[in-house]
Amino acid sequence: MRLTKVIIAAALGLSVSACSTIQPWVKPYEREHFADPIMSFDRDPVSSVYLDHVFETREGARGATGGVGGGCGCN
Amino acid sequence: MLGICLLGAPAFADVLPDDRADVLYHRYEGGGITVQGPEVLVRKKIGNSVSLSASYYEDLISSASIDVKLSASPYTEQRKQWTGGVEYMHDKTTYSAGVITSKEPDYQANTTYYSVSQSMFGDLTTLTMSYKRGWDHIFRNIKEPNGRIVNDPTFHEQADHRGYTLSLSQILTRSLIADFNYEVLTDQGYLASPYRKILVLDPTSGKGYSLADQVYPNTRTSNAASIDLKYYLPFRAAIDGQYRFFSDTWGIVAHTVTLGYTQPWKQWVFDGTVRYYRQNSASFYADIYPYPDYANFMARDRELASFQSYTLGAGVTYQFGGIPHMPWINKSSLNLRFDHLRINYSDYRNALLIDVPNHVYPGQEPLYSLDANVLQLFFSIWY
Repeated sequence: MRLTKVIIAAALGLSVSACSTIQPWVKPYEREHFADPIMSFDRDPVSSVYLDHVFETREGARGATGGVGGGCGCN
Repeated sequence: MLGICLLGAPAFADVLPDDRADVLYHRYEGGGITVQGPEVLVRKKIGNSVSLSASYYEDLISSASIDVKLSASPYTEQRKQWTGGVEYMHDKTTYSAGVITSKEPDYQANTTYYSVSQSMFGDLTTLTMSYKRGWDHIFRNIKEPNGRIVNDPTFHEQADHRGYTLSLSQILTRSLIADFNYEVLTDQGYLASPYRKILVLDPTSGKGYSLADQVYPNTRTSNAASIDLKYYLPFRAAIDGQYRFFSDTWGIVAHTVTLGYTQPWKQWVFDGTVRYYRQNSASFYADIYPYPDYANFMARDRELASFQSYTLGAGVTYQFGGIPHMPWINKSSLNLRFDHLRINYSDYRNALLIDVPNHVYPGQEPLYSLDANVLQLFFSIWY
């Protein structure tokens, strides 16, 4: 019975919090580090795409490297 | 077969990519293969909400790899690839679409892709969904009596590919950002290499084995999920770590771990990376089969074997300002990157070392390993 009450209270709490607006916890003026190119996941796409291609043609795994499209005959 | 991709998912949906052009020379050398060529990538915004991109990529391949030496003749060939893409930004949403065409004498591939990104939660979060569709035509080259290389008129196969990607980029703290990617890829059609062969034990042969055609399944579905974390250090440097898990319906399970460090110093930027990769073999892979028609599916492609690979990489960038007499260029950079790759196979042996007269029988030859050097030299301008 006590467990049921806890679950109901948690569910109510979650539903109330889901209705409220999520406030950004890192303000825009606190994001100067992300404007620095060294924080980019893909600073030089021309290079990272080539390196992904080198690995993909030699390994069984593929995908989830952050790229979007592609297609080639890989020797 | 899905390979090179030229347009990365934007980290932030409400910012279009910079206007930029890159010219790159790449060279891969290892395992009897040399692949080199140029790549050019150009991006240009039109107004405030549209960005166009185009690229050209070329591989000049000279191959005398272990597979080629075992079952074919050394060859050289050229692969060319063109890409065109457009991104349209509306408020917090960016829509992308593009086409990729790749051509080589015995392989043609066409891919289209579509993507939508949405920034939310005060731009702390960017969610991206992507879809791609590929159509491949596979041919087989043969040598005519006069020495000319032509497509085998009796061989023309096709393969279709579909890919679905979900990406989430999340600012976690003032100095930490995370990137999550999940990608499902499905293939249907001819998925093998028409040149590579399996080995079959054959005591009647002087080598102790004979060659036979590979038989692949006609379908494959794979799942890959990755998390990438990047942290800004107090003294203006960045470290990042990535882990990727992969599994597919062929029984391959793979793990990839990559660690990177970036250190700017005056006009220089230095990068260092370490990458570790391991996979187990596909369920239908074998280094050698006991007899022909041993199983419904049989393969001996190295990419399906069990192996571990290690990569050490280093890069250096020198950043210039503008260029004299070219006022439209804001800045430029010259970049050099070198990677060394080592692959140790666990169940792929060097069949070229089988030597029956000297009592080195099939299955007793040493395991194969590979060292390769990868060089990239590129020049970039922003305008």
